[in-house]
Amino acid sequence: MRFVDEYRDSDAAAEVATAIGRITTKPWTIMEVCGGQTHAIVRFGIDQLLPKGLTLVHGPGCPVCVTPIELIDAAIEIASRDDVIFCSFGDMLRVPGSSRDLLAVKASGGDVRIVYSPLDALALAKRQPAKQVVFFAVGFETTAPANAMAVYRARHEGVDNFSVLVAHVLVPPAMSSILASPNNRVQGFLAAGHVCAVMGYTEYEPLAQCFRVPIVVTGFEPLDILQGVYLCVKQLENGRAEVENQYARTVRREGNAQAQAMVLEVFEVAGRTWRGIGDIPGSGLALRPRYASHDALQRFPLQQLAQSRDTECIAGEILLGGKNPTDCPAFGARCTPEHPLGAPMVSSEGACAAYYRYRRSPPTHYLPRKGGGETNGAPR
Amino acid sequence: MSPPKQSISLSCPVPITHSHVLLAHGGGGRLMHRLIEDVFLSAFRNPLIETRHDAAVAVLSGARLAFTTDSYVVNPLFFPGGDIGVLAVNGTVNDLAMAGARPIYLSASFIIEEGLPVETLTRVVRSMRTASDEAGVQIVTGDTKVVDRGKGDGLFINTSGVGLVEARHPIAPTRVRPGDAILVSGDLGRHGIAVMSAREGLEFETTLESDTAPLASLVLAMIDSGVEIHCLRDLTRGGLASALNEIAEAAGVSIEIDERCVPIRDQVRGACELLGFDPLYVANEGRFAAFVPEADFERARDVMKAHPLGAGAALIGRVSHTGDPTVVVSSPIGTRRILDMLSGEQLPRIC
Amino acid sequence: MCLGIPGRILEIGGEGVTRSGRVDFSGIVKDVSLAFVPEAGLGDYVIVHVGFAIARVDEAEASRVFRYIDEMGELKELEDGGR
Repeated sequence: MRFVDEYRDSDAAAEVATAIGRITTKPWTIMEVCGGQTHAIVRFGIDQLLPKGLTLVHGPGCPVCVTPIELIDAAIEIASRDDVIFCSFGDMLRVPGSSRDLLAVKASGGDVRIVYSPLDALALAKRQPAKQVVFFAVGFETTAPANAMAVYRARHEGVDNFSVLVAHVLVPPAMSSILASPNNRVQGFLAAGHVCAVMGYTEYEPLAQCFRVPIVVTGFEPLDILQGVYLCVKQLENGRAEVENQYARTVRREGNAQAQAMVLEVFEVAGRTWRGIGDIPGSGLALRPRYASHDALQRFPLQQLAQSRDTECIAGEILLGGKNPTDCPAFGARCTPEHPLGAPMVSSEGACAAYYRYRRSPPTHYLPRKGGGETNGAPR
Repeated sequence: MSPPKQSISLSCPVPITHSHVLLAHGGGGRLMHRLIEDVFLSAFRNPLIETRHDAAVAVLSGARLAFTTDSYVVNPLFFPGGDIGVLAVNGTVNDLAMAGARPIYLSASFIIEEGLPVETLTRVVRSMRTASDEAGVQIVTGDTKVVDRGKGDGLFINTSGVGLVEARHPIAPTRVRPGDAILVSGDLGRHGIAVMSAREGLEFETTLESDTAPLASLVLAMIDSGVEIHCLRDLTRGGLASALNEIAEAAGVSIEIDERCVPIRDQVRGACELLGFDPLYVANEGRFAAFVPEADFERARDVMKAHPLGAGAALIGRVSHTGDPTVVVSSPIGTRRILDMLSGEQLPRIC
Repeated sequence: MCLGIPGRILEIGGEGVTRSGRVDFSGIVKDVSLAFVPEAGLGDYVIVHVGFAIARVDEAEASRVFRYIDEMGELKELEDGGR
């Protein structure tokens, strides 16, 4: 694919990796905020190319992982109603609530459907006027314009049987909360390219200044990520703390004005609880009062929501970059994608699931590149 | 909401154990394997089922018989390049072929949801006839049941098949050896993507068609050529990754493949990027992986390439050593990672 | 977060909030909302997330990554030469 394959070139990747090795003189810890980048790093083994001492930690940028359990429970309760068709992005279906997940609702007869776009859910509501169609509006700034548009059009096209369960979160408050944490070990950030495609990166400039951290707006392909790391290390080594844009083919400083306007029209900033992290002031989006009639939480009276219980899951420390998935005693043993203890093991973007899938036991035995048949088979 | 400043809680839910069967239990991944181990194998245990092959092979009155069964559930019933009927014939034919057998007879059972148009059923049955002619098998017995409206997804089909084993040596995971070359018979992922393109909520336009095909003639050509075949596995649900993991586990070997050598068409790649899928886990219905000794690899490849269903055959990797049943894949940028078995169905990622 | 894939615009219809188009992803074609990228025209590449184009790909900037890598290589040669 154009704008994809050329950024997966192994020679170029090796070249950037060598350059990173050349400029790195001290140990540094860099966080990639975005779950999509975590996925790419683990899938392509990008961290294997980095010099020792340069650590990538995985941030809270997976909407599936940070949606609070109370909202998952609300989704499960709404989806269980006979009059409801519940629509969601695919990987939300596997996130455990307090007692079950949306796939289990589907298994016991609930009408739960996967959609590709919120507009697909809106179209379904138009086709099924006798049903209530509820869309689980999760996501970061990237997804907010799409979800806002669905609500906007529902209201203006009079699609009254369409509502949304909103679980929107915002990136900069989370970054600021990570940096303010007493246990913080993050010295530089790769900021999420697609979030910035919508919002631009002016919001990051005060963060970089205030906390003295370099922030590099970074894309999602291996070469993007490696170049993002290179730029970040270069700043760290030179003692600079600026916002840089590696992903200029997609991201402009001011972002996407039309998308921002739609988000502002439909949503307002609100406090939000992050699963595994806790409450972060001003870190979410909620529907504005004039769109309240499309708010699923107002439309469907819910029972008292169950409170989450403590387990040995260390999701909070993992999402804040304090620990790696393999530091968790439950990892791969009591916590697996089939039986997740916490959300990062659920989403394929979650750091734990990514580690589980690609990294359960590090490959220690390597074949020679060619003619491996004769030399292997040696007992280990 | 006006939360207190930065209250960090580390709460997570208690684990959910599955007291009911989920869709993911049928997804060809780890959950399904656990269900098979815990529920079916533990109850049915016998030497034939223990081989865990696509078909059971037994000697009856001197004849080496291969026997298999499979049920077909697909949504939608008709998709680009095929329908449920074609799958029901080819899938069972392929399971027999994977044991090195020439498929001879099939049975066909239909579980029909009340209200299914007879025209739909007729279309499916006609395409089963065409597919069985093409595969050189006859459908010789069958059964029909109708269930209440809402209790079935239109139509479910079960087919069983018997065949005569033509391979001189057994073809089974237990014969896989370090050094074996691993070939795939063509480009991967077209079936899964073609079905996905027609699924409500995810539709997209594509000229891709399912790869569904009867593989017996290709396998028999390999056997006839004298190529020694250690193991064959058709790459259905769960895709290449799940099949390789099954073999690694059953044979007790470690497998190494190179992602760059796995043939995948651009359209399949495009759809996978769009939905957040990994093509190595996407379903096929007319593709298999062959494990052959290094000495026979070139001959096997040439025979495959000379056959219309193996024209896109490619060497994708090797069996590296015994013990430590893992599959390791080299990425496009030259790094390595574990290629795990899928945990349930692949769901489209937003993110 | 936020899977965003580049695709090429084949067709455009509608306007304002209903502006949409057919977008090609290596032979897979999907209807995509173009409401947020009024500047994008036929043949342009856009980044698509959950059925919405969120940005037009700037082709001139797209090659900058490779220029940068080339420069890194030259820098290394200079360093090596200076030693």
